Amino acid sequence: MEYFLQQLINGVTLGSIYGLIAIGYTMVYGIIGMINFAHGDIFMVGAFIALIFIVTFGITASLPIALLILALIAVLIVSMALTAVWGWTVERIAYRPLRGSFRLAPLITAIGASIALQNFVQISQGARNKPLQPLIPGGFTLTEGGPNGEGFIVQLSYSQILIIVVTTALMIGFTLLISKTSLGRAQRACEQDRKMASLLGINVDRTISLTFVMGAALASVAGLMFLLYYGVIDFYIGFLAGVKAFTAAVLGGIGSLPGAMLGGLLIGLIETFWSGYFSVEYKDVAAFSILAIVLIFMPEGLLGKPEVEKV
Amino acid sequence: MNSWDNNPVLTIEHLTMRFGGLVAIDDLSFNVGRGDITALIGPNGAGKTTVFNCATGFYKPTEGRIIMNRSNGEHYLLERMADFQISAKAKVARTFQNIRLFGGMTLLENLMVAQHNPLMLASGYTIGGIFGLKSFKKAERDAVERARYWLDKTALIDRADAPAADLPYGDQRRLEIARAMCSGPELLCLDEPAAGLNPKESAELNALLQYIRKEHDTSILLIEHDMSVVMEISDHVVVLDYGEKISDGSAVEVKDDPKVIAAYLGVPDEEVDGVEEEVGI
Repeated sequence: MEYFLQQLINGVTLGSIYGLIAIGYTMVYGIIGMINFAHGDIFMVGAFIALIFIVTFGITASLPIALLILALIAVLIVSMALTAVWGWTVERIAYRPLRGSFRLAPLITAIGASIALQNFVQISQGARNKPLQPLIPGGFTLTEGGPNGEGFIVQLSYSQILIIVVTTALMIGFTLLISKTSLGRAQRACEQDRKMASLLGINVDRTISLTFVMGAALASVAGLMFLLYYGVIDFYIGFLAGVKAFTAAVLGGIGSLPGAMLGGLLIGLIETFWSGYFSVEYKDVAAFSILAIVLIFMPEGLLGKPEVEKV
Repeated sequence: MNSWDNNPVLTIEHLTMRFGGLVAIDDLSFNVGRGDITALIGPNGAGKTTVFNCATGFYKPTEGRIIMNRSNGEHYLLERMADFQISAKAKVARTFQNIRLFGGMTLLENLMVAQHNPLMLASGYTIGGIFGLKSFKKAERDAVERARYWLDKTALIDRADAPAADLPYGDQRRLEIARAMCSGPELLCLDEPAAGLNPKESAELNALLQYIRKEHDTSILLIEHDMSVVMEISDHVVVLDYGEKISDGSAVEVKDDPKVIAAYLGVPDEEVDGVEEEVGI
């Protein structure tokens, strides 16, 4: 039971990170119907920007707690802003010139943009792992082990709490943004009929750019969380995390915002429980097998709407 | 000189549209009078929708100009503008023959989307809106009010929060007009608004269009096959056949024009020569 609880906590944490990245995939798919394969690398760039700021400004766990919180908020804002610029640039350079081209063209440039970002970071930052001393050490011990070493110690670390709280808040805020604001309405309108939206005076190109910007900002939050949680990043983390998040988006129903969050959570949980109870080596196999099964039996995903063509 | 030539809201000059070897519109010129209901009629394939598509940025005309004369004295060359600016700046709105609503959004949201630009401006590009800017709250309230006004006028207010795709066909047609009106147009282009409507709905549509023209100073250009609609409400009728204008005048003048009768009814082969002689081709 204690072991289960611990895996649950770990799974929810990991799932929150996947969910944040998955939102970027699902929104871009929803609005222009393409898979932005560079999104995982945008997440990686976000993690690097955060790391560079943390190291440059000497933010360590030894700072007073109030100052540390302020510093982390500053890092969060700066890396969101800078990563958003990266997201905007990728869209501007790699996707917008190909809008209206055949469907495969932006897919190919997406893969190109992904490789370009990886290599850029590899060359400019070096290929080695970048470690970070834990910034938020400690946590709550939920159950103590027995005196003779029997039982299992369940821990909920402060960084896990931070990750879950920040992602939940962001997801709520984001859902409100999409459902209540004029920008969100414009995005949903572009999703359904881009030509009609532009005939109503909506600047579709700008709306699409903003979608990329928002997705990139969320990915950079995920990058910072990943950095705080694992304490080590390299130029290649974007690939696997990106594929997992993409899986999450498909699992939840691509194009659906709550689907992406749910899918992220499920992928995180599946992966953690599989490695906790069966084998760590096959955790990715488990996650992707679930994807294959869902695609066979529910091609539209868990919360996706089936596409009904009216005749 | 006719009233529509004195004070046109839309001037089409020497418009030509070719698709490869096919000439869809050939040197077409006409005026749409300010405050008029102008009907563009003609047999299937005459090029009516192509005129609309040229005026709303779908096609770049091969030759010619389309000038929108706004009531504030500004002039816009529609064929040179990006499609989103045609609505935002030139204040031209249109509807489609096959309805294009945002089916997954509610009726109210459909109408709010049409008011996106003023709302974006008022909300400081969303950022001010998030922090609860006062001017944004007011703009949002006004937008909802305007949307409700049009839902009321189109008798859709009871279903304001239903998804647009769930509406019956006739209601969807009216919602499209309401949505176009929410963008505050000076010229409303309607592509077969009465298609598929029953006689009662058709009569309601006539009343709605006349109300729009009268109370909102909006000029209307419509494509229509239903002659009862055309004859009843239009001040000015332009008839196209094979991409060329064959008649242009008031509803009564056009109705009795032999060219129009020939184009619509067709004539048996042996009478072609006689008709051509009569109409002077």
